[in-house]
Amino acid sequence: MNKLSNQRAWWLVVPVVILVAFNALIPLMTVVNYSVQETFGNNQFFWHGVGWFEQVLKSERFHASLLRQLAFTAMILLIEVPLGIAVALCMPRKGPWVSVCLVLMALPLLIPWNVVGAMWNIFALPDIGLLGKMINSLGIDYNFTQQPVAAWATTVLMDVWHWTSLVVLLTYAGLCSIPDAYYQAARIDGASGWAVFRFIQLPKLNRVLTIAILLRFMDSFMIYTEPFVLTGGGPGNTTTFLSIDLVKIALGQFDLGPAAAMSLIYFMVVLLVCWIFYTAMMRNEGQS
Amino acid sequence: MAIELKGVSKKVGADTHIYPTDLRLEKDAFNVLLGTTLSGKTTLLRLMAGLEPPGEGEIWFNGENVTGVPVQKRSVSMVYQQFINYPNFTVYDNIASPLKVQGVSKSETRQRVEAMASLLKLDPFLGRHPAELSGGQQQRIAIARALVKNSSLVLLDEPLANLDYKLREELRDEMPKLFADSGATVVYTTTEPLEALMLGGFTATLHEGAVSQYGPTTSCYRNPLNLISAKVFSDPPINTAQVDKRGDRFYLDDTVSWIAPAKIRGLRDQTYTVGFRPHHLTLNDQKSETVQIQGTVEVAELSGSETVVHLNVRGNNWVSESSGIHPFDIGQQTDVYMQIAHCMYFDQDQMMVQN
Repeated sequence: MNKLSNQRAWWLVVPVVILVAFNALIPLMTVVNYSVQETFGNNQFFWHGVGWFEQVLKSERFHASLLRQLAFTAMILLIEVPLGIAVALCMPRKGPWVSVCLVLMALPLLIPWNVVGAMWNIFALPDIGLLGKMINSLGIDYNFTQQPVAAWATTVLMDVWHWTSLVVLLTYAGLCSIPDAYYQAARIDGASGWAVFRFIQLPKLNRVLTIAILLRFMDSFMIYTEPFVLTGGGPGNTTTFLSIDLVKIALGQFDLGPAAAMSLIYFMVVLLVCWIFYTAMMRNEGQS
Repeated sequence: MAIELKGVSKKVGADTHIYPTDLRLEKDAFNVLLGTTLSGKTTLLRLMAGLEPPGEGEIWFNGENVTGVPVQKRSVSMVYQQFINYPNFTVYDNIASPLKVQGVSKSETRQRVEAMASLLKLDPFLGRHPAELSGGQQQRIAIARALVKNSSLVLLDEPLANLDYKLREELRDEMPKLFADSGATVVYTTTEPLEALMLGGFTATLHEGAVSQYGPTTSCYRNPLNLISAKVFSDPPINTAQVDKRGDRFYLDDTVSWIAPAKIRGLRDQTYTVGFRPHHLTLNDQKSETVQIQGTVEVAELSGSETVVHLNVRGNNWVSESSGIHPFDIGQQTDVYMQIAHCMYFDQDQMMVQN
């Protein structure tokens, strides 16, 4: 083997290195920098070790918002995934209604997040909003700006309205890719509707559902804009999810150290879950 | 008695997929439906299976009118061009799945699945999933699933089309043997005349939604009823030309003529269509009776041991197939020899005249 001593090819990777540096490395290292130091302004820094991490991990406030976040994400997944599959199964597979259904489904996805928040805020106001007024006129005491349960219900409903479509569209695409021959074969075998779903459709949807769940997990776990506009994290702290809490600490209280430590922990949690999904997906890939 | 179509037709919207068809397939035999893509093979299979109701007509099976009977109440199994298996079942569970629906006992299931697996050479793979096996093995699973049911009608819709050459040949050789002992009536569709010949049994030729002939495969090949059957059952395509019969000779034009075979010498003088297969138009003079004609080479394909030449002969596009390697230039003039003993003659209704 002849080894060439010419090293000029390294210059070719410089643009990528610069891009990645400004895009990811430098911002991330800034956060890491803040998370291990104490600062009182004037660009003066003092080494603080893992103190901020200890403080965040032990703080009840962090535990509470993490718990709220997990509960919210779990609720979202439990509602949106089965609902999305059900809607996709009901959608027509051919005919003129296909495009109508697809456009209707895609509509919520096209609305900007802060607009969704504002829309639902007005929609659900107990005195003037269509939804809020209606619920109250049914005799149910409903005010999402004051009742924690009502605030949660409204936030979850808003997210379901906004994002179930994503699961529907992904599932629908998965369903459309199943050859007709599978359904014929199932009919010849005398398989019931449930058996067709359980043994043909669900296994064939395996991959696309993994992606749908992953996307919905990440989005809902990092949700900020919609609840911020809708409830502002209230009443009290009841809908203060992780990212809302993070912004409060970093910008509201200007506690840069704890905020940076919390960001990194937050980042690690998301990364961990993504890694678990990725591994699971790769294992499935080997099977089917 | 076997499956019988009585005046069955199928229209989808304004398109006629199947023209009124009467067809009675041989019982307990290997039946091949031969036709090009879109000739209606799959539609006929779906009608036989009961996956689709016929537009008109009746379908009888073993002396029973089954026209309106839903597919799951019939004794039918089907194998498709795509390899259809349950993706998250093991090979064993896949083969056992029809028995499970039928409510067969566990011990009998095991016995039947294992017998089927060894017949189809799947025994080493019973614990694996379909996706871990080759295309040929996946199709073997589907065939095993169709066979294990013991249905009286097995439908195979181009089962070898998605396999590569080697696997296709291997499975095709086994095919008639696999079904010989099953006692089932088998219907097998294909687009390839050669495949039909190799499978043997009986063949129905299908063209644009109509069955043009049905009978034992070799006799369909040797004695096509009409020009359409002859065309469907020939690959490369059959050569044809208009010829005039005057007295006891056929005239291609004023310079090329040959004597009519004794049996048809008495036919009326008129225009006929002559048809002969490419391997009866050779580049070298055969010992049999031939007619020598000159043609212009348009394409020459050389394979390992054969030469296929596309020629323009007096305005007719003909294909010649000869053994040996004969290189040609495009546009070159060459003599070809037509074996008149193998010529078929069709009248103006495209029906074959008695030969």
